[in-house]
Amino acid sequence: MLRYIKHHLDTITGVEIYPIISLLLFFVVFTAMLIIVLRMPKKNIDDLSNLPFDNDIKNNNYE
Amino acid sequence: MEKEQFYYDNKIVRMFLIATILWGVVGMLVGLLVAFLFIFPNYMEGISWLSFGRLRPLHTNAAIFAFVGNSIFTGVYYSTQRLLKTRMFSDALSKIHFWGWQLIIVAAAITLPLGFNSSKEYAELEWPIDIAVVLIWVVFTINLIGTIIKRRQRHIYVAIWFYIATNVTIAILYIFNNLELPVSAFKSYSVYAGVQDALVQWWYGHNAVAFFLTTPILGLMYYFVPKAANRPVYSYRLSIIHFWSLIFLYIWAGPHHLLYTALPEWAQNLGTVFSVMLIFPSWGGMINGLLTLRGAWDKVREEPVLKFFVVAITGYGMSTFEGPMLSFKNLNAIGHYTDWIIAHVHVGALAWNGFMAAGMIYWLAPKLWKTDLFSKKMANTHFWIATLGIIFYALPLYVAGFTQASMWKQFNPDGTLVYGNFLETVTQIIPMYMMRAFGGTLYLTGFILLAYNIIKTAKAGSAVEDELAEAAPLKEISSKRVAGEKIHPWLERRTILFTFLVFIAVAIGGAVEIIPLMVVKSNIPTISSVKPYTPLELEGRDLYIREGCNNCHSQMIRPFRSEVERYGEYSKAGEYVYDHPFLWGSRRTGPDIHRIGKKYNDNWHFNHMLDPRLTSPGSIMPRYPWLFTNDLDISNTSNKINAMVKLGVPYTQMELDKAVYLLQNQAAEIEKNLRQDPEFVKNYGDANMKDKEIVAMIAYLQRLGTDIKTGETAQN
Repeated sequence: MLRYIKHHLDTITGVEIYPIISLLLFFVVFTAMLIIVLRMPKKNIDDLSNLPFDNDIKNNNYE
Repeated sequence: MEKEQFYYDNKIVRMFLIATILWGVVGMLVGLLVAFLFIFPNYMEGISWLSFGRLRPLHTNAAIFAFVGNSIFTGVYYSTQRLLKTRMFSDALSKIHFWGWQLIIVAAAITLPLGFNSSKEYAELEWPIDIAVVLIWVVFTINLIGTIIKRRQRHIYVAIWFYIATNVTIAILYIFNNLELPVSAFKSYSVYAGVQDALVQWWYGHNAVAFFLTTPILGLMYYFVPKAANRPVYSYRLSIIHFWSLIFLYIWAGPHHLLYTALPEWAQNLGTVFSVMLIFPSWGGMINGLLTLRGAWDKVREEPVLKFFVVAITGYGMSTFEGPMLSFKNLNAIGHYTDWIIAHVHVGALAWNGFMAAGMIYWLAPKLWKTDLFSKKMANTHFWIATLGIIFYALPLYVAGFTQASMWKQFNPDGTLVYGNFLETVTQIIPMYMMRAFGGTLYLTGFILLAYNIIKTAKAGSAVEDELAEAAPLKEISSKRVAGEKIHPWLERRTILFTFLVFIAVAIGGAVEIIPLMVVKSNIPTISSVKPYTPLELEGRDLYIREGCNNCHSQMIRPFRSEVERYGEYSKAGEYVYDHPFLWGSRRTGPDIHRIGKKYNDNWHFNHMLDPRLTSPGSIMPRYPWLFTNDLDISNTSNKINAMVKLGVPYTQMELDKAVYLLQNQAAEIEKNLRQDPEFVKNYGDANMKDKEIVAMIAYLQRLGTDIKTGETAQN
């Protein structure tokens, strides 16, 4: 339904900057996050995924 | 390090759990009442507060905010304490949150049937309740963040991130969409008008589904599915990717869908790549949930909790596949305004939300009451009845949607519509409505079994209000990254920074969507012949909102040959510039009425509102006898015009000063028209009709879409 009225948004001067900002923001964050996540050591990942079960919590990972 | 002893607050979890069950029954029961109105439109003969247009918002609000809302809080209060190894930040805030939320629900359950509503879907509540919602939400947020700060667990599990994102985003969405100017204690006008109001409303509608019905439930999934299966989530890496891409997906998707054609080509291409890629996060999430059960499938056969989770996650997968499909132009042209959408949202609500809640309740109850579940067999029965219920609910409505959409579009060789009378397309799908009501009955029956099962469990067990636990306090360490620490783990332990980043992410995303929406007003071409509503029409419009006519009738004719042929000239943005709020509707249970004005005479509308089956045999519209006996309340007419002036509607000083006089004149005129029909004179004689509500309703309906003449395209 919005498709029949949203062309009014396109006529705002300089409006294309908004989707470009959001696209680049998404692209940068998504890529950075992907790299960070894939580089996380397996041991950390295992520790984190065990948090719901962790009764003897290991708070000493980085201490 | 020495361990500290402390107590988990189980009482608050139990309170929310009981509220979930109670409101679940109420919400589904109202849904069923509504479903039966499709088959027996007269069975609530003449009771204004039980008419379709007033019950439908009650049903959606009860299902979303009361049932799903309370189920979210149940899970959040249980899992947050355990994941962070601490009691909630403040017992007082927990209690205020609980009772405040229930009071809001009660207030909604009273005001919506009374006709106090703002007409915006899933945001119908009037302004005093909106303020209460925001205050209680702030209480919840403080309680959640406070708990995170005093935690005994360094790292914050992914479920909690989903809760934080929900908290931050819902606050922004709710406030922006509910900006309204109060006229009286229970009446307000949206500050936005027409196209702008529609854009803001559906920005809210789309994201509310994401951040109220999806992200918090995913948080629950990431905690309760591993707990119930007794094994960690399949891939924690995938859950982090799932989280960040979902948060950013909505930010990104909004402006792109709205502003696609304004984009340079490289950005469009990149955008297309992303569109395809972005099915992976939600499906990744679904796969992550399902694969958590790897090696435990034998348990699924016996354990009702896991059965519910499996179907819930599958429902999530189906909805998130269907959603993007519906955004394709071709499919949207078919699905929009039809029962397809109703089927789509109910797969989400009944399977994803409802079954996650049920599984969680069955898992929690034995722990909260320290006993075994009263009857596992009954829980299994619930599962099968409710699953059948979902199938009986959804399948007929998919068929109904396609049937009706294709009937709307069929042409004879001579260029006329095959089903020119809209009613033919309604009576055709009545059998589907019957099956849907049957499906709903099954689902509710299952849920009542759950209620009974939990009551029996609670009676057999004993409630443990405070559960003892112990954990070592956190050692102070530098807020900077420690040697060898990766970025994401570091970020996770910096709560405030993390929350702030989520907020920034959502805020930037919100800003890039909101700023163009705020600017659009000046970009809508005005049509000089479009004038503000007369005082009587404005009052009639408010009655239209009170009765919830927009729940079944759209006021938006799309530029399709089939729609122009059926309804008249397609709708122009410039026609809505004085519509605070917009009333486009989203579902055509009845025909579009944007061009209904002057199509029939006043007497037709009079008879039609009294009994739709008099003028349109087979119609399933309710009767509105109270419009004929209630006097129109004109005590606020001047205030209403005043409020409109404040919102920028160009009423003249004369209209402002003489609002009531003008209103009465126009009402007398309509009464005169009505008296030209001998049938009217025979039935009503000299009875005073001009002071009744029906006259205002007729005035509004006769005005609709008449500002521009057929074929006129104005400056659009």
